[in-house]
Amino acid sequence: MNFDKEFDASGLSCPLPILKTKKALADMASGQVLKLVATDCGAVKDMQAFADQTGNSLLSTEEANGSYTFYMKKK
Amino acid sequence: MSKKMAIIATKGTLDMAYPPFILASTAAALGYEVQVFFTFYGLQLLRKDLSNVMISPLANPAMPMPVPMPVMVQMLPGMESMATMMMKQKLKKHGVASLEELRDLCLEAEVKFIACQMTVDLFEFDKSEFIENVEYGGAAMFMGFAGDTDICLFV
Repeated sequence: MNFDKEFDASGLSCPLPILKTKKALADMASGQVLKLVATDCGAVKDMQAFADQTGNSLLSTEEANGSYTFYMKKK
Repeated sequence: MSKKMAIIATKGTLDMAYPPFILASTAAALGYEVQVFFTFYGLQLLRKDLSNVMISPLANPAMPMPVPMPVMVQMLPGMESMATMMMKQKLKKHGVASLEELRDLCLEAEVKFIACQMTVDLFEFDKSEFIENVEYGGAAMFMGFAGDTDICLFV
């Protein structure tokens, strides 16, 4: 999937993946896509909740070897 | 209009310092307007230097310990420092943010910190030891915001 920005939150626990996502989205333009990698399994539900509550869209969540990749499109 | 959350932080130990900062920073990231009212021991969390925020195994039977430790041992000198050091190592190992980091993230996200003026006077705290982004006020001031919130928590 194409993306405009990415960052790696591997090894970070709740709530850091969410807080870093929020910060990363802050300087992006509407419609741009952020790629985020995390290893905190709690992030799967948290990212969805973040998207639901902020209006950004979680395009996809992929899991491979205990690592989660999220694509979030900015509102 | 954005949703609002108010938290009353009354504890000043390492374990009890996390919930207010985690919830406040997360709510702010979700677009909430957040205020935290620090009162009694919670005021310790507003110090510039948080190195004295500790955890004690004493009278804390739910705290998981690597080996069972009788209360008589827990009360020995140095046990609190040791428990604090071990807890901080554990937090770091699991990628949990430090209190300083979470507090900074709160401030960056414009979470408003209010220090209870009465407790500051009661304990004769020196305001110069507190971080600068703090407003001083009383219960009535806090109610002005809390009365209008979607979530209000006492920690």
